[in-house]
Amino acid sequence: MFAYYLQLGLRSLRKNPLLTVLMVLTIGCGVAASMTTYSVFRATSNNPIPQKSSVLYVPQIDNWGPDSNEDNKGEPPNAMTYTDAINLMRDKRARRQTALYPTAVSIVPADPAMLPFRETSYGWYADAFPMFDIPFLYGHGWTAGDDDAHAAVAVIAKALNDKLFDGANSVGRNINLNGRDYRIVGVADAWNPEPVFYDVINTNGFDDPIQVFIPFTRAVELQTATNGNNNCNHDAGKGWDAWIRSECVWLGFWAELPTKSEADAYRQYLNGYAAEQQRSGRFRWAPNTRLRNVVEWLDYQKVVPQEAKVSLMVSLGFLLICLVNTVGLLLAKFMRRSPEIGVRRALGAKRKEIYIQFLIEAAAIGLAGGLVGLLLTGLGVMGVSLVFEPDIAKLATLDLSLVLLTMLVAIAATVLAAFYPTWRAAQVQPAWQLKSN
Amino acid sequence: MLQIKPILAALRRHKAGTILIALQIALTLAIVCNALFIIGQRLERVRRPTGMVETDLMAIQSRFVGTEENKTSPLIKADLQALRQLPGVQDVVSLNSYPLRGGGWSTGVRTDVDAKNSKAHTTQYFGDEHTLGTMGLHLLEGRNFRADEIMQADPQALPDSAAIIVSKALADKLYPEGHALGKPVYIGDSKSPSTIVGIVERLGVPWNGTWTDSFYENSLIQPVQLVSSFTNYLIRAKPGQLADVLKAAPAALVKVNRMRVIPSERGVRTFAQVREYAYKGDRGMAILMGVVCLVLLAITAAGIVGLTSFWVGQRRKQIGVRRALGATQRDILGYFLTENLLIGVAGVAIGALLAIGMNLWLVTQFEMARLSLAYVLVGVVALLLLGQGAVLAPAMRASRVPPVEATRSV
Repeated sequence: MFAYYLQLGLRSLRKNPLLTVLMVLTIGCGVAASMTTYSVFRATSNNPIPQKSSVLYVPQIDNWGPDSNEDNKGEPPNAMTYTDAINLMRDKRARRQTALYPTAVSIVPADPAMLPFRETSYGWYADAFPMFDIPFLYGHGWTAGDDDAHAAVAVIAKALNDKLFDGANSVGRNINLNGRDYRIVGVADAWNPEPVFYDVINTNGFDDPIQVFIPFTRAVELQTATNGNNNCNHDAGKGWDAWIRSECVWLGFWAELPTKSEADAYRQYLNGYAAEQQRSGRFRWAPNTRLRNVVEWLDYQKVVPQEAKVSLMVSLGFLLICLVNTVGLLLAKFMRRSPEIGVRRALGAKRKEIYIQFLIEAAAIGLAGGLVGLLLTGLGVMGVSLVFEPDIAKLATLDLSLVLLTMLVAIAATVLAAFYPTWRAAQVQPAWQLKSN
Repeated sequence: MLQIKPILAALRRHKAGTILIALQIALTLAIVCNALFIIGQRLERVRRPTGMVETDLMAIQSRFVGTEENKTSPLIKADLQALRQLPGVQDVVSLNSYPLRGGGWSTGVRTDVDAKNSKAHTTQYFGDEHTLGTMGLHLLEGRNFRADEIMQADPQALPDSAAIIVSKALADKLYPEGHALGKPVYIGDSKSPSTIVGIVERLGVPWNGTWTDSFYENSLIQPVQLVSSFTNYLIRAKPGQLADVLKAAPAALVKVNRMRVIPSERGVRTFAQVREYAYKGDRGMAILMGVVCLVLLAITAAGIVGLTSFWVGQRRKQIGVRRALGATQRDILGYFLTENLLIGVAGVAIGALLAIGMNLWLVTQFEMARLSLAYVLVGVVALLLLGQGAVLAPAMRASRVPPVEATRSV
């Protein structure tokens, strides 16, 4: 029976090619617009570290007070001072923790024919490697002892290892950063969480993967400037030492707290710490701290670009209009066949069978619309770089799940749109149609 | 002449189709108005001038490697000298940033040393006496910096600047009553005044995000050459020689000192490229919304054609009867045009409300501006015209139904 209805449907689609083409194009455009913008939305709202997103936390401490955060609805600064980061590291209240910042580091190749170049580079603590689940190709991260010793060690990423050492095991060899040698202790395998949750503040969530990791303590000792933002509420004073002692915020901080009770305890600890700073006279306001996990942090930092949301909204509206249009066209198409329906009903077809026949016909249109939509989505995804930054645009891809979703949305939407016209078709009175023709 | 009553009676018998067309017109109007509004806003931003003469201008980003930050002063001097000696170069300046670059400095400024809160927010440019000439800024009042005013300074130990040049927008904000020239400005937390020695007509900030809209033209230039391994060279080529300088300048820099990084991506750019990159998102959004508008209008038109054709087909007999009773072809044409106009008016009325509602929602969600009614008006007219245009073909076909149709198959 299904095959017969499908045959009937296809025959009817051929009978009215213009109307059919119109419907297929309408569905195709609507679905393609929604799927293209959804691909961007999906990429930007992705959970970058699903296995740990609920146990990794960003602590925030208000070191600026109510006068400075008026614009920010009473929220503490988004980054941390060197003073607070070092105190938190020293107190060691989390299972694992790290302060971090993007370091302004250039690589000087041993080959004198090659010019120095820059790669994304971060200074952080030994804990960060297991904390962020960074996979290793060769060797491993450095140790807490290296942190304490301000050791000249480095971990490099696979891509840089391929570039400098042709992919060979480079553990134990040296890399020259800013004119100083660092011993390579590990080569990290591809690690590219998207969005780059570990440093949303300086990247807005999207950046090239890190290629060089060095100990935070070493970077600070060498007075390596941050490659990221530095925000001060007051003049920092003159020189490096004054700066790192100032209330300027420029550091990221992460703590791993595997259980709820540990997170609660850490919250209390943060408040206690802020209270202690208040007692010592550094803060002249009550403790104001936050502890957000990865998902909460990305949400709070509005990582999903406004463009992604607005264009998704607009294209969903677009799909809605396409559906309204399809309802109208299907209605015209089905009602034009009232005589045929009358004959079928008179010959004994039940209403249910009319329903099935027309819904199958609609599904066939949806299928065709989905194929057109797929083609247009492919074009749309290629055109995403028109609107979004390259770092974001490259994340929007037409993968299998998007292909399936496109087809599913197209068919489901068309069948949904067909309900009313089909109902109208099933209401056709056989006697009427037979009489007047 | 208008046959509104019979039309309404007929529409009552085609409720579903009528509602569908009206709904489609309403939704299309809502989206098209908001999309046009977004386009308008983005284009307005893209067209914003920086205040610089943007032709024959280019920028190079450079970072020295292996030299301590505080020892880079002679390196920058050598770079500047090498660049100035290039035949196609008219002027060069080393800056912390420049308009539309994307990163830079900003601070609050006061006019009263005891004021607790800043009077205006502004960007800070640090450059020497070549800044005005290289950027091509238009000096309205006062003078340029003198060479002896330029200080060499560590970015983390900035001295107070005795003389500064400000943009007119900042001058007006700080001294609304005018006569800002020669008046004091306190930068950041500074206790010592900087005197305004020059006012330039316009100078944009390095950023172009919407968050800078409130201070987009508030800029000040301090007579400071930053001593830092990171610097931006802004180069003005002699007219027509930009292409040559674009190749010669980075090569000259590497020749002077190869221990540096000039990023492969966006390290060397003409200002046209800087501008294009800065506004890429805005232009892209405008294009996207434009495409959405066009496709939507096409789909709506197609929908109207489809449904009206169906109605014409259904009513052939009635049309034949009317024609037989003396209605002219024009009457029939007028009937369908009027019918469409009635539905269209209902649609745009609902649509206008939807458009405003959608905009209000966008305002709360995305900090967008309020929709101006001009857009709604343009949208209303456009959709009514679109409806009339779309209905024309089926209506013409209807008007050609011969009176003899009335006699067929009753």
